[in-house]
Amino acid sequence: MDLTTTTYLVVGFTFAVYLGIAIWARAGSTKEFYVAGGGIHPIANGMATAADWMSAASFIGMAGLIAFMGYGGSVFLMGWTGGYVILAMLVAPYLRKYGKFTVPEFIGDRFYSDTARIVAVLCLIICSVTYVIGQMKGIGVAFSRFLETDYATGLYTGMVIVFFYAVLGGMKGITYTQIAQYCVLILAYTIPAIFISLQLTGNPIPQLGLGSTLVGTDTYLLDKLDQTVQMLGFSQYTTQTRISSLNMFAYTASLMIGTAGLPHVIIRFFTVPTVKDARSSAGWALVFIAILYTTAPAVAAMARLNIMQTIEPSPGEYLKIDERPDWFRNWENTGLLVIEDKNGDGRIQYSADAETNELVKLDRDILVLANPEIAQLPNWVIALVAAGGLAAALSTAAGLLLAISSAISHDLLKGTFMPNISEKAELNASRCAMAAAIAGAGYLGLHPPGFAAGTVALAFGLAASSIFPALMMGIFSKTVTREGAIAGMLSGIGVTLFYVFQHKGIMFVADWTYLEHLAPHWFFGIEPNAFGVFGAIVNFSVALLVSQLTSAPPERIQALVEDIRIPMGSDVAVIHP
Amino acid sequence: MSHLSESRAKEYWRRNKLLMLKLASVWFIVSFGGGVLLVDVLNHIQVGGYKLGFWFAQQGSIYTFIALIFYYARAMHKLDQAFDVEERN
Repeated sequence: MDLTTTTYLVVGFTFAVYLGIAIWARAGSTKEFYVAGGGIHPIANGMATAADWMSAASFIGMAGLIAFMGYGGSVFLMGWTGGYVILAMLVAPYLRKYGKFTVPEFIGDRFYSDTARIVAVLCLIICSVTYVIGQMKGIGVAFSRFLETDYATGLYTGMVIVFFYAVLGGMKGITYTQIAQYCVLILAYTIPAIFISLQLTGNPIPQLGLGSTLVGTDTYLLDKLDQTVQMLGFSQYTTQTRISSLNMFAYTASLMIGTAGLPHVIIRFFTVPTVKDARSSAGWALVFIAILYTTAPAVAAMARLNIMQTIEPSPGEYLKIDERPDWFRNWENTGLLVIEDKNGDGRIQYSADAETNELVKLDRDILVLANPEIAQLPNWVIALVAAGGLAAALSTAAGLLLAISSAISHDLLKGTFMPNISEKAELNASRCAMAAAIAGAGYLGLHPPGFAAGTVALAFGLAASSIFPALMMGIFSKTVTREGAIAGMLSGIGVTLFYVFQHKGIMFVADWTYLEHLAPHWFFGIEPNAFGVFGAIVNFSVALLVSQLTSAPPERIQALVEDIRIPMGSDVAVIHP
Repeated sequence: MSHLSESRAKEYWRRNKLLMLKLASVWFIVSFGGGVLLVDVLNHIQVGGYKLGFWFAQQGSIYTFIALIFYYARAMHKLDQAFDVEERN
């Protein structure tokens, strides 16, 4: 059976499963729609959270980033996992105890202000919309590359699938689909990694293979990689720093607190029965995430080494262009891999020097997708990787869309503009909001605005600088006032946007930079993507200062803060008015 | 609302904060310490094919994070029982 047919079968089978779940897991109440009824087992929720969390960027992009950044790529590994420790200790148990449906709802109640709630909704929508565009693009690209449809057809197909299970089932449908999607994506990621680790090191566990010697030699894989890249003039793989230690510190911290402030992750912890479950569920989520995240550095290093050795089989002896392998030719057809025989010797010279380098383009997104081809694995494995990439993009898109639609129907409509709306009408409104969110995301996926490229980084920066500090002060302080929280959120988001736009242009239009956008003008050499942690510091400082100057929160708010610290009684709070 | 006296509630919260502080220190030391600030020093130590600093940054910190969360969940469960503030379900 040829590859395209196999891919259609595998992807078609996974889609049939998602649709089956959609029909089985319909939501009958707002509680089912927003928090899946609140009865999800902590391990099941952990698995769903892992799929929710790991996007097309984690699945396709991350190993490629690490492969070319070496040690510098560690910011993503630590940043996107360390946030779960913060979630488990500082966020999830208390918000679960509070027992409401959305993140802005907590902020609005704790800061006794509809304005605070609306500001939080705005921050949530900006973070989630920018994030969802990337997923829509991922779906379109995966379809066009593996199923040979055009980009738009792929995008529409993805939208129809999400529409079914998200509109019908809400959080309930999304949760069960995400569990299925996790299984697909983790198999798709680990199977090729196991084969490649076995081929290179003889050890089937990639995490151990990365620290082992190469088959038939006494040379450690990482030492060999360090030597090979250095010989071609690149920095040493295992010590190559990203700009500076300070920058790596800030980048890691921004990703960590951004993780703990992203609403689509936080609301997943509203679906478990108890506070105790919310704590352990964060641990399970990280176990399931770590299976991919500890495999990724092995995939990265092994793929880099494989590519190097393909191009330069023995020192100084470069690959003849006529003898290049099939996967090389396949990826050249996509334009993501480009060679140019500059000196006309019929061989591909690869070097860090742009003048003589003949591997002109090697898109880092190729790595994970080409892995099974490089390792000459059977067609079904390649088809599985396609299904895995789609599962990663669909599951994250659905989680984000739920966060957006519940903010619209629950916080704006029910909470602010139409407080008397009935349960049934709210459920219908939430379905309409979901449908509109899917249509909007699809439109943005088809016509990506200029700012789409820098968006995921922006989402983390904004969540880190606006929502995370507001949650921390809401949970841990009894004295932060409504004025303090609002001023804090606005200044945190403001200063982060100012810094990002200063260096990347307003709305990422390159011509619209202001002041100076060159690297020498970076604040202490911090790149814009790593700035969220400074936005958070500004948010905290402004909020605490303004709170000193305004009158203290009312008595009932102080009682509320005391109450969320004690697990007991959360089953009472769950019953929603 | 809870049946805890004010002093018991304070004590429960104090012990929770102490636990969080301890675990947050470990969290900081393995990731920002081992993985970023002390990485050059640790890289002089070789464990199998891994330089230790590199291992912390790309493997060890993640394993430690998992252990921290489960340790916290267990310790808090015991604390909840000791103060009789568990949820009934």
